Amino acid sequence: MQDEPRPEEILAAVAAFLKGPAVRESGPHISFQLRVCANAVEIAQRCITLGPPAEAEELARLHALLLTDGDLPTLNRELAARIRDGRVTLETPGLKEHLWATTMAKLAVDQPNYSGYRAALAERAAGKEA
Amino acid sequence: MAADNPQADTKSPAEILAERLGALAHRRFHAANGVARVARLTAGATQEIWRFDLTHEGGSDTPLILRRTPAGRMAAAASGAGGGGGGSSISLDVEAEVLRLAEGVHVPVPSVKYVLSPQDELGVGFIMEYVEGETLGGRIVRDARFEATRPKLARQCGEILARIHSISPGAAPKLRHQTPAELVAHWRAAYDNSNCPRPVFDLAFAWLQARLPPAREPTLVHGDFRNGNLMFRPGEGVVAVLDWELAHVGDPMEDLGWICVNPWRFGVVDKPVGGFGEREDLYAGYEAAGGEKVDRAHVRFWEVFGALRWGVMCAGMTAAFRMGDPSVERAVIARRASETEVDLMRMLAP
Repeated sequence: MQDEPRPEEILAAVAAFLKGPAVRESGPHISFQLRVCANAVEIAQRCITLGPPAEAEELARLHALLLTDGDLPTLNRELAARIRDGRVTLETPGLKEHLWATTMAKLAVDQPNYSGYRAALAERAAGKEA
Repeated sequence: MAADNPQADTKSPAEILAERLGALAHRRFHAANGVARVARLTAGATQEIWRFDLTHEGGSDTPLILRRTPAGRMAAAASGAGGGGGGSSISLDVEAEVLRLAEGVHVPVPSVKYVLSPQDELGVGFIMEYVEGETLGGRIVRDARFEATRPKLARQCGEILARIHSISPGAAPKLRHQTPAELVAHWRAAYDNSNCPRPVFDLAFAWLQARLPPAREPTLVHGDFRNGNLMFRPGEGVVAVLDWELAHVGDPMEDLGWICVNPWRFGVVDKPVGGFGEREDLYAGYEAAGGEKVDRAHVRFWEVFGALRWGVMCAGMTAAFRMGDPSVERAVIARRASETEVDLMRMLAP
């Protein structure tokens, strides 16, 4: 067992440092790059915390959808191939739900503030209520 | 820097450029006696943009812009080829021709004052008018000073696009023509090359393949007509259409779809045209200014295509990050590919 603090805690501290003191004490060009670095560190941090459970769920959905064994890259390649040749379409039971769940899990890691993601969250919450 | 004068190694590239611009001013601009305040504005991989003042006897100065690809970088630019709507850029001398065609049909553009010749020793490019205005998309959609102007922008964009599309492709023989089917195939190949499966992209390609617009008479297409490449002033609205390097010959509806793609709404998702306007205003302006009657489904095809093209471009940053340019910025842009997946899902499977 590795020692603590956990990697996600260390990355959170790095991001906070980059966005705070480092940006304050640098010129305009470097401060822009520092914000990009902070953004990158936060993506890595969210990958560590949110990635494994999301990928486990994605794998389970792919097994159910494709009825095939394999790891995530293999099954995603298989799904891509079946969509491409028309064996799987939006009418295929489970496809739409799977793609939405996978996409939302990616965005939660990559760009949780993206306008299209925020809009999708609101639309999907409204859809469940209705 | 091999392209610049090797004997002048004590001079900076900026000093050499200023000297050559000064000589050019004497030769080519009537009553000019030199240049002053030469300053670099941006540094792209192949292109440079410089601002300078043309000075005259008697003291009046004219602010101008130089856009150039230095001679040494021409080969690099050419080797990145692929063609017009396929996503690669036209060279600056061709862009100058297109700008002049656009000006000829009253599209607001910076006026081209001079096209570089080999004798100028400045590479390939042109000198154009300096236009003042705002280009940052986020400011256009949010700043209070644009509030009163914003409601008329979508219609203006439609009118301008109709004029761009009125230019005969025959007037621009150097531009590449690509059909919708060829464009879809081009981007599918680029996606395949990324070697990373994204089933949402496959869904979008299948959707596009099933809805390819019928063959038609092609027109000039701007190729990158969006918020961020347009210059605005409060009150007047659009004062310049910039960034013509993706100009090509093809389906005019491509331009109407691209300006609606979500990343160019700068966070204002409920204003589909550039984050500032409504589709119906865009279409009304287009039709009123002589554009063909707009088929909504046809524009939708190009909006989906535009989102997918942007996504494939972002995804391609992973290869660039691993092989040529391991900058943090590239890595973060690569991670924006998923943005287009949610945009595509909202359009195709709401």
